[in-house]
Amino acid sequence: MAPPRSFLWTRRLFLTLLTGFVLIPVYVMVSSSLKPLADVTGKFRWLPSELTIRPYIDIWSTVPLARYFVNSLIVAGAATVCSVVIAVFSAYAVSRYNFRGKRVFTVTVLSTQMFPGILFLLPLFLLYVNIGNATGIALFGSRGGLILTYLTFSLPFSIWMLIGYFDSVPRDLDEAALVDGCGPLGALFRVVVPAAIPGIVAVAVYAFMTAWGEVLFASVMTNETTRTLAVGLQGYSTLNDVYWNQIMAASLVVSVPVVAGFLLLQRYLVAGLTAGAVK
Amino acid sequence: MTTTIERGRPGVRPVKAAPPGRRPGRIRRIGLPYLLLLPALVLELLVHLVPMVIGIVMSFKELTQFYIRDWGTAPWAGLDNYKLSVDFNAPVGEALLDSFLVTVAFTLLSVGLCWLIGTAAAIFMQDTFRGRGLLRALFLVPYALPVYAAVITWVFMFQHDNGLVNHVLHDQLGITDKPSFWLIGDNSFWALLTVSVWKGWPFAFLIVMAGLQNIPRELYEAAALDGAGIWQQIRRITLPSLSPVNQVLVLVLFLWTFNDFNTPYVLFGKAAPEAADLISVHIYQASFVTWNFGAGSAMSVLLLLFLLAVTGVYLALTSRGRRPADA
Repeated sequence: MAPPRSFLWTRRLFLTLLTGFVLIPVYVMVSSSLKPLADVTGKFRWLPSELTIRPYIDIWSTVPLARYFVNSLIVAGAATVCSVVIAVFSAYAVSRYNFRGKRVFTVTVLSTQMFPGILFLLPLFLLYVNIGNATGIALFGSRGGLILTYLTFSLPFSIWMLIGYFDSVPRDLDEAALVDGCGPLGALFRVVVPAAIPGIVAVAVYAFMTAWGEVLFASVMTNETTRTLAVGLQGYSTLNDVYWNQIMAASLVVSVPVVAGFLLLQRYLVAGLTAGAVK
Repeated sequence: MTTTIERGRPGVRPVKAAPPGRRPGRIRRIGLPYLLLLPALVLELLVHLVPMVIGIVMSFKELTQFYIRDWGTAPWAGLDNYKLSVDFNAPVGEALLDSFLVTVAFTLLSVGLCWLIGTAAAIFMQDTFRGRGLLRALFLVPYALPVYAAVITWVFMFQHDNGLVNHVLHDQLGITDKPSFWLIGDNSFWALLTVSVWKGWPFAFLIVMAGLQNIPRELYEAAALDGAGIWQQIRRITLPSLSPVNQVLVLVLFLWTFNDFNTPYVLFGKAAPEAADLISVHIYQASFVTWNFGAGSAMSVLLLLFLLAVTGVYLALTSRGRRPADA
């Protein structure tokens, strides 16, 4: 049965307005990144007076963007890999075993999701400074400290989602593997992990995006050499000028990898959310 | 959210699988789950639990910039930091209360709009039509963009002299008499809300789309046979079927929005205008700009207590009549 016209028209109107709302900032970002400076310092223009790729050349020298990019890649990449590996082990333990403290563990993991980041910022700041003073291990201002911090944002969510995902993998599969002579870890890596790949990819995407976009800890806990993109982008505003065309070009450059990755992998994310979060 | 873990069978099957040479038996089997959890436990301890304890201790101390290097030596303040935070007649407490109220209003509006837009979009896109895949990918872009890149674009759009918003509202449509300020003054609340909804609704869209996949098609077919139109089907089948999903979604959106720091920080910088002074940024400013870590910690603890209470009440209300969540 075809939907009635009232439905079709409402749908058309709603989706058109929503597309406009979503697209306008994207258009501003793309078009402004191709404008000469005069176009972005005067009145706003929908169309550039001339198209130029100058901003894309200048962004690398106005601020050390390449270095920030590498820092972000290292921090987000390391946080993602560690977070996924650790979450796989924990979620397997929770999904497949009964042990004392299981409930306490899952409840604790879940509840850290609701804590405001600001609650951990001050103590972590002091903790890292004090560990540095006492042992000489530089956590404050280093990439290591930031990786450690990011790891624990994504870890609770990853564990939570993977438990749901592992639960949806039939137990008979890994029990059969155990009977066939696999150890528990063999069963995990040969049976459970391959069957849960969509969930694991979803978790990895989420962890990477969280780390790539985080601002609060990055702005407090980095210095000139370890600064990430989140903080580095502020460098395009000077006292005299705000290089809006360069800011937009740089924003686009730092967004393309994550947006492309996300769109490529989004069907895994939806599948992961279905199995892990929505049950 | 309820992950079913009602398994009676403890541990793995008999140790037939244990390779020769290694000690088979109880200890290895019982210890294994803990071994698997060890990395997560150590990290949680280091980055969540220890800081939380430190934070609570800090909130009872007189912790100013002079004691940062060695915060243990800071003098005890007793309940002074808490008294300071909740004394609503004095400047510090009054500002905190204002910020709290702004945050509550902002969160309710933002979560409501994100839910509404996300749900409507998901329902409208439940059936296939031409361009659906493209539209779906497009709708996820705000969610995928890094916060600072997306929000800084909005900052540009909200500029007084060279921004798109004033250009459209004033120059092109003539709705406002003169170009407005969006990032200072009372308008900043609406600017923040716009950005927050723009960035946040695709998450609701994603979750509701996932939830829609779990509704059996037969329900719709049966309803259609009984003569229910599409609006009725949405009202009678789709929305009620989504309610377990919505309960989780609304809670998660609420907590994320309430605690959001990144959006206001990139939009306004270290000091947000009063009308859009969200609590996270407010506490950040109280701590790192005015260097009173003790008071900042007390405010954080109060915030946490509030969120715990809200979450507790919410879970109690929404789980009534369902079997208890066996997390």
